[in-house]
Amino acid sequence: MTRAIAARQYVSDVAVLARKDARLELRSRDTVPAMLLFVVVALVVFHFAVPADLSEETERIVSFGLLWVALLFTAILGLTRAFVAEREQRLIDALVLAPCDRSAIWLAKTIAVVAFLLLAELIALPAFALFFEPVDAPTIAAILLANIGIAAVGTVLSAVSAASRTRELLLPLLLLPLAIPIIVGGIGASVTDEPAQFLAFLALYDAVFAIISWSTFEYVVTE
Amino acid sequence: MSLRNNLGPTFALVAFTFLIAAFALAFYWVPTDADQGFSQRIFYVHVPLALTAYACFAWGAWKALRLLWTNDNKYDLESYTAVHMGVIFGILVLVTGAIWARISWGVWWSWGERQLVLFLILFLFYCAYFMLRNSVDIGPRQARMSAVYALFGVVLIPISFLAIRLSENFIHPVVFTRDGPQMAASMFFVFCLSTVGTIALATALYHVELSGKRLDLKLKQRRKAYS
Amino acid sequence: MIQATALGRRFGDRDVIRGLDLDIPHDAFLLVTGGNGSGKSTLLSILAGLLAPTDGLLKVSAGRGEIGYVGHEPLVYRELTPLENLDLFGSLYRVAGRRERAGVLLERYSLWDVRDEHVSTFSRGMQQRLGLCRALLHDPQLLILDEPYAALDADGSSLLDDQLGELAQTRTVVVSSHMPERIESLATLQLAL
Repeated sequence: MTRAIAARQYVSDVAVLARKDARLELRSRDTVPAMLLFVVVALVVFHFAVPADLSEETERIVSFGLLWVALLFTAILGLTRAFVAEREQRLIDALVLAPCDRSAIWLAKTIAVVAFLLLAELIALPAFALFFEPVDAPTIAAILLANIGIAAVGTVLSAVSAASRTRELLLPLLLLPLAIPIIVGGIGASVTDEPAQFLAFLALYDAVFAIISWSTFEYVVTE
Repeated sequence: MSLRNNLGPTFALVAFTFLIAAFALAFYWVPTDADQGFSQRIFYVHVPLALTAYACFAWGAWKALRLLWTNDNKYDLESYTAVHMGVIFGILVLVTGAIWARISWGVWWSWGERQLVLFLILFLFYCAYFMLRNSVDIGPRQARMSAVYALFGVVLIPISFLAIRLSENFIHPVVFTRDGPQMAASMFFVFCLSTVGTIALATALYHVELSGKRLDLKLKQRRKAYS
Repeated sequence: MIQATALGRRFGDRDVIRGLDLDIPHDAFLLVTGGNGSGKSTLLSILAGLLAPTDGLLKVSAGRGEIGYVGHEPLVYRELTPLENLDLFGSLYRVAGRRERAGVLLERYSLWDVRDEHVSTFSRGMQQRLGLCRALLHDPQLLILDEPYAALDADGSSLLDDQLGELAQTRTVVVSSHMPERIESLATLQLAL
């Protein structure tokens, strides 16, 4: 099989699987509404955690910090649902048995998670702008980059925790230490005067962890 | 008797020699640091511990890679033991770092200490590694998943370090000044002695633990075979 | 087609399969029998490639695209329709003319009328039949069925009886059952666990 054909087949596999995930979410409407509600509620909760008498600059930093925390936990919420159908109905077996590359499963799922995150952020960012601070371009760029990083790593870890005894409990424990650099990159891009270095850092994180996730996913779902 | 069987004791001997020499020199021979005084000597313990921990995590990740590459489960035990060693030394880094901070500046913790913050993150990460191992039954699956996570961990080390440095741009932690690189040649010599000794110690412990675990496994298999 | 030497599979401390030797030629029909917990499902999972043996050697001459497997779960997406399911798996298994083939299979297994309804509305038997369609979609050289009769109703069972006879002629089949009387006549090999 020539490289070109294999590549086309790979893209087709990813497209088919991603379409499947989109269709499943559209039908069940489980995950995205929950993420939307969660992120808004979280922002409201956080409002009460910010003292009133802060300097403008401090308040700005604190608010953006809380935005990133809210987004991270919303992502975790979405990721715990990522492999639910595959786990409960053992469908991951059906996907793993197929002759397609297992990393295609990872890529399709990551794309789906990014899509869910974008939908949640479509609501979250206006809500944040309303409750806290206006959102500027570097923040949006950082969020777009962070989505990729969280989804890439989160998808692998979601598959790992789906196969474990403790299931959903394990995912935040595995993911949060890995998410610390993303938080740093995101907040830095939002609040400092030189967002470029933080955006570059996020891009580096994405590149490194996407490659590692892409190549190790196979080992997580097979024996 | 082959060298292989004697790895643990051999390295222990090397470690013993180097560390005794290093500590003796660190206490009696090396000049006192101009800024920090006597307490600076903990540097000869703290930093070698950190370097050793990094080495353990890297070794664990290497064995993890070998496991995924060759699909041979024997590497699982080696990877796990290396990570275990790394965590033990990591805890020591945190403890000695806290002691040093307390002696030098009167606080038990400083967010301005990059190495300390990094080890905190790594400690949390590898705790999650053990939780992962605990929540998957022993077998090829546990081995593979642990290996994958160990690889994520070793990549996290430089990325986290970069993140911590960048975070100082907006966190503005209280950074207590400390001289690092301006070491006299004698200080550097003792530092190297201590580093070699600590790594040898880690290697010795690694081999002892590994043999212990392997023996345990063999015992279990024999017991099963006779039942 | 399948050769195994001293095959073993351990779960934690329990040896579910121990010291198993197999030599299954092409186009054989292997019937695996045994009570609950005897390791039938584990063995079939290993043959399909879902589990790795913890001991011994296994050689299966069929690649991933040539194996059809139905386990205890039918392995179909409940929120999709049969057509969507078969379209998905047909694409993943590189089935040429997958739409037509899906139609033929759905017809054969009496699911054509419900082809556009969600699988979640189906009975267990219907889901199992769809699972069989999924496994047969790519015309596999090695068919592995784990207790296929367990979830089927009377009609489905007699349908499977006919189909198995036909399928066994042109491929290797491995079936496990804890009530083997039904298909004993088809079996060329038997293995009791």
